[in-house]
Amino acid sequence: MIPLSYILILSAFLFACGVLCIATKRNAIGILMGVELVLNAANINFVAFARYVPGFQMDGQVFAVMVIVLAAAEAAVALAIILNFYNNRNTVDVDEANQLRG
Amino acid sequence: MTLDLALFVVLASVIAASAIGVVVAHTIVRSAVFLLFTLIGVAFLYFLIGAEFLGAAQLIVYVGGTLVLLVFGGMLTSGGPFQTLRVRRLEWLFGGFVALAIFAALAQVSLALGQRPTTDAPLPPGAGPLGVAFLTSHLLPFEIVSVHLLVVLVGAAYLARTRKRAALGSEDSASRRNGGTP
Repeated sequence: MIPLSYILILSAFLFACGVLCIATKRNAIGILMGVELVLNAANINFVAFARYVPGFQMDGQVFAVMVIVLAAAEAAVALAIILNFYNNRNTVDVDEANQLRG
Repeated sequence: MTLDLALFVVLASVIAASAIGVVVAHTIVRSAVFLLFTLIGVAFLYFLIGAEFLGAAQLIVYVGGTLVLLVFGGMLTSGGPFQTLRVRRLEWLFGGFVALAIFAALAQVSLALGQRPTTDAPLPPGAGPLGVAFLTSHLLPFEIVSVHLLVVLVGAAYLARTRKRAALGSEDSASRRNGGTP
C-alpha cells in the first residue's frame, strides 16, 4: 500500500512545476500547459483522498471527473481566445497583450 | 519494498521528470511531448491507486482530446519552424523561488496529513456505482457540467470563427472576394 503522503508530495511537485511553467513561459500555449499541470496535480489529490479516506470515496471520484471535464472545456475556450489574439496581433507572446493597460 | 511501492516510485519519477521537461523545454512542441508523458503517467497512477474509470477518462479526454488541442494550437500559432522560447535568468530565479516556496509549504502539509491514520479502505467504487451516483445523488453537478459544456461549445465556436480582417487591406480583399458574403 502506497503511503498517502507520497502521493500528496508528488502532486505538490506537479503543482509547483505548473506554477513555474505559468510564471516563466511567454507563449500563451505554454501557459495553458502549465494550467493543465496544475489541474492534474489537484486531480491526483482528489483521487488519492478518494482512495484513502472512507467517507470521500464517491465524492472524490465525482470531483475528479468534473475537473477533467472543466479542464477540457477551459482548454477549448482558451485556445479560441489565443487564436483570436493571434489573428489580431500575429503573435502569441502574452507580453504583447497590453491593449487594456491604463 | 512491495510491488505497489516500486511501481509508484517508477511512475512518480517518470511524472516528475517529464513535468520538469515541460517547464524547461525550448520549443512548444517539445513541451507538448513532455506533457504527453506526464498525462499518461498520471493516468497509470490512477490505475495503480485503483480508480480505473478515472484512468480511462484521463487517457481519453486529456491525452486524446486536450493534448491534441494544444498541439493544434501550437501548430496554428507558431511564427515559423523551430521557434525557441527565451526566458530571462531573473525570471527563472524569481519563478523558481516562488515554486520552491509553494512546494515546501505543500509538502509540509502533505507530511502532516500523512501522519493521520488512514484506513486501508476497500477499492474505490468502479464505473458502475459511479454512473449510478451521477444519476442519483450527484445529479445536479452532472447537469450543471453538461449545460456548461454546451455553453463552452457554442462560445468556443463563436470565438474561433474566422472574421474579415478589417484593419489590414480590407479593400483589396473585398475586391478579391467579388462581392461574396462578408
